[in-house]
Amino acid sequence: MTLPPLDSPQWHGSLRAFGWGLRATSATILSVVLFVTFIGIGALAHDTHFSMLWAILSTVLVWAGPAQIILVSTLGSGQTILQSAIAVTMSAIRLFPMVVAVLPLIRGPKTKRRHLVLIAHFTAVTLWVECYRFLPHVPRERRIAFVHGLGSGLMGVALVATIIGYLLAANLSQTFGAAVLLLTPLAFLFSTLRNAKELADVLALGLGLVLYPLAARLNSGVDILVSGVVAGTLAFAVHKWREREAA
Amino acid sequence: MSDFIGDWHALAVLLIAGVIPNQIWRLLGLWFGSGLDEGSDLLMWVKAVATAILAGVIAQILVQPPGALASVPWGLRYGAVVAGLAAFLASRRSIFAGVVCGEAVMLAGKWWLG
Repeated sequence: MTLPPLDSPQWHGSLRAFGWGLRATSATILSVVLFVTFIGIGALAHDTHFSMLWAILSTVLVWAGPAQIILVSTLGSGQTILQSAIAVTMSAIRLFPMVVAVLPLIRGPKTKRRHLVLIAHFTAVTLWVECYRFLPHVPRERRIAFVHGLGSGLMGVALVATIIGYLLAANLSQTFGAAVLLLTPLAFLFSTLRNAKELADVLALGLGLVLYPLAARLNSGVDILVSGVVAGTLAFAVHKWREREAA
Repeated sequence: MSDFIGDWHALAVLLIAGVIPNQIWRLLGLWFGSGLDEGSDLLMWVKAVATAILAGVIAQILVQPPGALASVPWGLRYGAVVAGLAAFLASRRSIFAGVVCGEAVMLAGKWWLG
């Protein structure tokens, strides 16, 4: 799909921009990844004995694949609410810098914070990747409407998939279930790598992958936080050190 | 209908353990985002830590796999990711190529192991 030129009358009106955002959902392979991932999440919710409404609300209100998988699998394995909440909140820290990075692409001089609430909610890895790709081709004053369309489209895809996955769960083979669950790590790894602009991002990713299995031996309950802070700080230190070398 | 809704306790848990701990970071981003310079040291550090935590989440799913993924032997799980990474790099950073190759290796391996 090619978006109309920036000065085209096709961009007149927010509704049209919303429509282009909605249509952009079909122009990204990440929609397919999203669809299959949420089939897995729906099936996982079913197999862990949560209700259909629970699965639907988790997709609409949490809107973050890893957090949903962690929530279902920790609660399902009998961990306490507090342990689940800690695991979820750690996986969600990434959303903070993501929102901080996405909003300047969308904000105009007259934009108020409340106009951006829904965009902050839609922000997740897929939207983050696609904003970098699409937004340069969208007039700035139409970007809020465009991203509302894109976010609604992506959430619609995920919602339908959650419901299908939930309904089909009993009929899914173990191999299919495994393939679906493998999608999340693969998609997250490659999406993050593709958007990595600095050496620090790549280093943080690599060190985080390597250090987690070590930190997991501590069995502290906050292993991900330990490996994340250590790996992230190391990556940041290397970045600063290189900057100083270059100066 | 009650099957559809389930019990209210589980929905409350969703809110407390899922929605709030997750949304708090988006709200913080919305709140403080406008005051932060994208190139500031603080944000660089937060970004690096967030990326490393995401890497931890990826590693956790591979090392301590949930649900059906646990039926795939560890060597095959790691091998599939490495193969996907190779395809991703060889295809000049195509997410699609990486994902398809990783999945294909996992499925082929599982089929071959029987």
